Amino acid sequence: MFSYCAEPDTLSTFRWFSCYLTNGVHMSFYLSFVKVLLLLAITAPVALGFGFIGAMAARSHFPPLSWLGKGYIAIVRGVPDIAFFLFFVIALDQALEWTRHKVLCPEWTDPIRQGSDFIVCAQAKLPLGTAPEWMHETYGFFLAVITFSIVFGAFAANVLFGGMRAVPHAQLETAEAYGMTRRQTFWRILVPQMWVYALPGLSNLWMVLIKATPLLFLLGIEDIVYWARELGGTKTSQFTSYPHGDWRMWYFLFLLVFYLAMTKVSEVGLERLMQRLSHGQATTGGEAQRKAAA
Amino acid sequence: MSCLQTIQDYGLRAIGIGERLLPKGEYTLCEHFTLIGSGMIWNIYFGLLALATGFFLATAVALGKASPNRMLRKPAEWFVFLFRGSPLFIQFFFAYFLFLNLKNVHPVFDPFTAAWLGALIVLFLNTAAYTGEIFFGALRSVPKGDVEAADAYGMSGWPRFRRIVWPTMLRLAWPAYTNEAIFLFHATTLVYFSGFPAWRQKGDALYYANYFADKTFNPFIPYPILAFYFILLTLVIVWVFGRVNKHLNRHLPAAQRTKMRFRLNLAR
Repeated sequence: MFSYCAEPDTLSTFRWFSCYLTNGVHMSFYLSFVKVLLLLAITAPVALGFGFIGAMAARSHFPPLSWLGKGYIAIVRGVPDIAFFLFFVIALDQALEWTRHKVLCPEWTDPIRQGSDFIVCAQAKLPLGTAPEWMHETYGFFLAVITFSIVFGAFAANVLFGGMRAVPHAQLETAEAYGMTRRQTFWRILVPQMWVYALPGLSNLWMVLIKATPLLFLLGIEDIVYWARELGGTKTSQFTSYPHGDWRMWYFLFLLVFYLAMTKVSEVGLERLMQRLSHGQATTGGEAQRKAAA
Repeated sequence: MSCLQTIQDYGLRAIGIGERLLPKGEYTLCEHFTLIGSGMIWNIYFGLLALATGFFLATAVALGKASPNRMLRKPAEWFVFLFRGSPLFIQFFFAYFLFLNLKNVHPVFDPFTAAWLGALIVLFLNTAAYTGEIFFGALRSVPKGDVEAADAYGMSGWPRFRRIVWPTMLRLAWPAYTNEAIFLFHATTLVYFSGFPAWRQKGDALYYANYFADKTFNPFIPYPILAFYFILLTLVIVWVFGRVNKHLNRHLPAAQRTKMRFRLNLAR
């Protein structure tokens, strides 16, 4: 990075660190933080969408659809989320490859599951065996995003379902009295009002989502945990020009601080959002603001 | 091999009793159930001990947070923020590498690098922070009248806390505490994926489920079995905590009892 970095073992401590922390592998480490933020940025809206669909299904009047929605919400409650992560990543991959296999190679007669193997024809592989490295990484990241969205979609569905039920019933009855159809009532009356009730639950969910991001590591993504383990491990002068002992503790301390900072920033941001949403509302929060101004 | 034989061989495999080698080749459904079930021993061990020990620290933390004394309040607040604000997964990693370093300083720290003690300590501190926050919330909602009545009877200090404030706090916090217990048991599955080694393949339920999924490349059998065990465990927790809740509320008229309500929001 810097011009004086050519001979690291001759440098003073400060300069040594300035070179060490800006070398190539550390850039990959910093890039993995972007991956985490990207995951958060994509997963949050997608999970909210899944949650909305789930909540709509759960309050449907068509029983099978309502069971499906309620089952989706309930199953995630009873089982550790990490089990879901480990399960969905393989299951989704196999489901995709199985579908492609059926479509692309209909003449193939061998069973797909042979003992401990899962065999599909070469054209059905995802990504294709000939695909460049970045395709594999993107595909892995894509699977991780879907997995996170499914799990957090169930959490969000639960929150939104509660928010929909918290909207005063009189509002819906009034809408009906004005001759609105069920669909109109849902979109024009229920949905605009439910957010105030759902926000505390959703902000809680955001915190949980932040704290779930290190689980990316378990899905085989080269994320911050992966790099912290890689970079922190003991390095001898044979393999690197920056030999050091076992520094994994310090790398994980850095991750700990990173997550604490994320939590603090989110807390402040969500508090501001709540303040804004409470403005002029007939809630205790809104009342407190009114009294403070008066 | 009959299923009974498998249970004899592998039923206690997770704690090192029985066959040393894990089964090979084609896995039967019975082997799946037995090994994953044997791994549940560790989940229950971590969950129960962390819950039992964390309870006391949580009470202390809640009292610290509610204390008017800055010297007590600030450390309690920082403790709660530290453990609730960061992922448990990272806490496990950090603690493991911290204990590895301490091991080089003094051999006293040898057992801390093993999961049975090191991970237990992390879980203990973690659940104490989460529970402490729950208890703190309950402590603030203890009815003013109860405390005034205690004052009128001439109670103060320890007797007032022991006989009036604490039982009411527990009663108010119990539904949320049940939730915390459920999620603590779920969190125990992280232990063997976060640095702590599964010595001689003695791991928890998820460790074995993952082992099967890796070997057979078929996630559709081991993970549903794991889910089955955990749903069973969740039902047991809900039942036990429900009984305690009934006991805590027994003096109240039916309409005033705190209902058991379960929310999702406590995953870490």
